[in-house]
Amino acid sequence: MTYAADVAALARKDLKVELRARDTLPAMLLFVLSTLVVFRFALPDQTNDDAAYGLLWVAIVFTALLGLARAWVPEQEHGVLDGLVLAPCDRSAIWLGKSIATLAFLLGAQIVALPAFALFFAPLDLAAIAGVLLADVGICAVGSLLAAMAAASRSRELLLPLLVLPLSIPLVVGGVGAAISPHADRFLLFLVLYDAVFAVLSWASFEYVVTE
Amino acid sequence: MIRAREVEKRFGSRRALRGVSFDLERGGRLLVTGPNGSGKTTLLRLVVGLAAPTRGTLDVPVDRSRIGFLSHEPLVYRELTAVENLDLFGRLYRVPERRERIGMLLERFGLWEARNERVAAYSQGMTQRLALCRALLHDPELLVLDEPFSALDEPGADLLQRELTELGDDHTLVVSAHDISRVEALASSRLALA
Repeated sequence: MTYAADVAALARKDLKVELRARDTLPAMLLFVLSTLVVFRFALPDQTNDDAAYGLLWVAIVFTALLGLARAWVPEQEHGVLDGLVLAPCDRSAIWLGKSIATLAFLLGAQIVALPAFALFFAPLDLAAIAGVLLADVGICAVGSLLAAMAAASRSRELLLPLLVLPLSIPLVVGGVGAAISPHADRFLLFLVLYDAVFAVLSWASFEYVVTE
Repeated sequence: MIRAREVEKRFGSRRALRGVSFDLERGGRLLVTGPNGSGKTTLLRLVVGLAAPTRGTLDVPVDRSRIGFLSHEPLVYRELTAVENLDLFGRLYRVPERRERIGMLLERFGLWEARNERVAAYSQGMTQRLALCRALLHDPELLVLDEPFSALDEPGADLLQRELTELGDDHTLVVSAHDISRVEALASSRLALA
């Protein structure tokens, strides 16, 4: 109960900071919409829907990357991460709070992006939307951990994509598979497994990332 | 209470701290001095548990929840107000009667009027006062202060000096300072880093 209260307080704080600073969500929205518009004009008219689903995932992964790059900025300013690490709460609560907040921003961007995709390219069925949601959880869980690792480095802008993109490939495979395959359930199950395994790994290893 | 033996800290090939040993009893006041780059901040980070020594042993038998740390950075969110920052840390530290404690500290450190302003709008001195409120919020048993007077104006420095003087015998203090005039009289022992 205390753990859940800590996570809620930390996630709420991130939402409050974003509401005031407006640094992350507007940038994500602008990026994902402009990417979809560029793809709309770049793709030939006779392109089939499968290629369009692939492009949707390019937009989603890079939008998430944009959010993750900003995820730990409030903690880097004024060295707040040290203050959180010193607090007697379970350190994994810091990761979980950040993952939930990042997921909220990503979902906020997708509330606009997915209808725009359906308008420009192809309709999204329930399996495709479920694939997007499950992949979002995986990206935010792994990405929040990797973003914390990258934030401690001087070359964080370079390091974050290098760490996140290879680990996002299974999510893209699962997400695209859920949208185009006749066996969407297998891909959704694969995404559930990915989320479970990587969420547990990230939860367990966060403490070692934030201490010297 | 705190026992350090030949504590060394390296960052890659660079040695930030070499062979430091000291003992500090419960209720003791240790003043850490030394020129820039001598390892004062590194030693304080080791004491609070933000880093681990590369060699040597450092025993700090105090629970994390009973340590208060003032760093070079204020460790508060710029986009939150003073009250919101202290409320967040008060929740994480399970401070009893949190609102009353926050109000009392803000009043005592002259931030009550500015309690609902964002920290981004604070002056450096006000931010440092807020950082002190955060460090003292949970009434820590071990208080570790890194250059606490550096960003404070005269009234702020006087206030902090008075707070430190009034700390009870059940509070242990480790403080680093360039200008030792304000803390020299408080110190029960002194550690000079080269």
